[in-house]
Amino acid sequence: MIDLKNLTIKKARKALDAGEFSAVELAGAYLSLIKNENKELNAYLEVYNDVLDQAKDADARIAKGESYPLLGIPLAIKDVILIKGRKVSAASKILENYTASYDATVIVKLKKQGAVFLGRTNTDEFAMGGSTENSAFGVTRNPNDVSRVAGGSSGGSAVAVAANLALGALGSDTGGSVRLPASFCGIVGMKPTYGRISRYGLIAMGSSLDCIGSIAKNVEDAQIIYDAIYGHDVLDSTSIFDTTYTQSPIKKDLVIGIPFDLINGDGVDIKVKENFEQSIEKFKASGFKIKDISIKNLDLALAVYYIIMPAEASTNLSRFDGVRYGLHKEGKNLLEDYMFTKGFGFGKEVRRRILLGTYVLSAGYYDAYYGKAQIARNILKKEFNRVFEDVDFIATPTAPFVAWKIGEKSDPLSVYLADIFTVTANIVGIPAISLPSGNVLIDGKELPLGIQFMVPNGGENLLFEIGKKFEEIKDK
Amino acid sequence: MNIEDVENLAKLARIELSEDEKKSLLSDMEGILGYVKQIESVEIGEVEADLKVHNVWREDQAKNSEFSKELIIEQFPDAQDGFLKVKKIL
Repeated sequence: MIDLKNLTIKKARKALDAGEFSAVELAGAYLSLIKNENKELNAYLEVYNDVLDQAKDADARIAKGESYPLLGIPLAIKDVILIKGRKVSAASKILENYTASYDATVIVKLKKQGAVFLGRTNTDEFAMGGSTENSAFGVTRNPNDVSRVAGGSSGGSAVAVAANLALGALGSDTGGSVRLPASFCGIVGMKPTYGRISRYGLIAMGSSLDCIGSIAKNVEDAQIIYDAIYGHDVLDSTSIFDTTYTQSPIKKDLVIGIPFDLINGDGVDIKVKENFEQSIEKFKASGFKIKDISIKNLDLALAVYYIIMPAEASTNLSRFDGVRYGLHKEGKNLLEDYMFTKGFGFGKEVRRRILLGTYVLSAGYYDAYYGKAQIARNILKKEFNRVFEDVDFIATPTAPFVAWKIGEKSDPLSVYLADIFTVTANIVGIPAISLPSGNVLIDGKELPLGIQFMVPNGGENLLFEIGKKFEEIKDK
Repeated sequence: MNIEDVENLAKLARIELSEDEKKSLLSDMEGILGYVKQIESVEIGEVEADLKVHNVWREDQAKNSEFSKELIIEQFPDAQDGFLKVKKIL
């Protein structure tokens, strides 16, 4: 028996290369656990039927002496990333029977390394949500307490990793969709600099915000996945070069900036604050300097986000019209075809955001909402640049509260508030990581909390450094 | 905002809505718009929107694409002789 609970990508790599177990054995171990657990957790929408064949190919490559960090490593892929010839539904009825006709760039890169794709994971429909409750195919349950949400929108990917149903996973992050579920499930989730990882083949939500990110059990594994998939891509016009931003050198005396006024504001759970303060104390004890920072308009980031994101989403989703692919509902004429297809195919949250986006972009409201939000976005970017002159990192809790009970939050705005700390990185474009920072006992269940670090554009290396540092000191 | 506004937006977005949903969307929209209205308070000063828009070009070279014509055609809701079939527009 392979000890999946304590297995990491790094350890599996060594074991595979040393022949301690084969890729087929490893994939088989995951498949049998998925068979037992997935019915309850609903992390996977589909487990591929050729997993063992993929693993066999990996074994053949290992036997030939090839070695890549992810060769033979079983990964889970969020159901918004295209793999040629496989179904990709964005957890929506409108794409329920859609088969991808090409590979996303990240998939091309993973295939080159010989990663094994276990299946596609559940998400909020079109990645719109913070709990995976908006999936058209049922909620994903938190393995720490199955009556609670996993977070979202990459809830399936986070649960797959947290419940040992995959060794690592890809998610997408438009306003926190990798970091929030990572925090709720007690694992690591990272969002890169905007444009660092190609979006080619990612089903779009908010194109100026969307990023693909890695989800793993520890920082080193998250870095291994990131290293495999980042890089300039001619097929994504917003893709950046390694030289676009100067790499931040790692200094000796590091300063962590904390926006205490935001963290001490309304709506942040006292247990979250306590846990965050304990983590910060540990950094202090390890020689980090802590600085209280004030960022003008930071409290408005969420409002900016919920204008820009629906505006872009409503534009992106207009392509799903039942004409070329996906669901088609027959009406009397072409207009009715559109109306019925979208009305039936899109779930409630998606319809809500399309209408909201249509509203903020409509003549008469454009300047007051979208135009103003774009300016506020630029103000925030400038503010962050200014603050990063004084500090190396900005730290916040990842989420203002622990994973909530499934169905508990029926008002959409109350779910949106979960993104209060995460959306800023997407608005500004900077990289951010969520690290597990301990648990709180609620209703007899240990529920994970997360701490988030943000760094200047191009500073992914700093994120991994501070992440590893935190892993060292957090249990001291 | 009123129910007619919701109907108009749904028409613009080409989404068929039930009467019940129009009502619940109206109340959701009012809540969300009430929240995002906060950005009215942003002091703009001299700052403008950061719209550094530029074209991203690549060389116009003929390359083999990995798209599968068969896969794409298979997904057409309606096809004839390898072409996508749509209802008449005029």
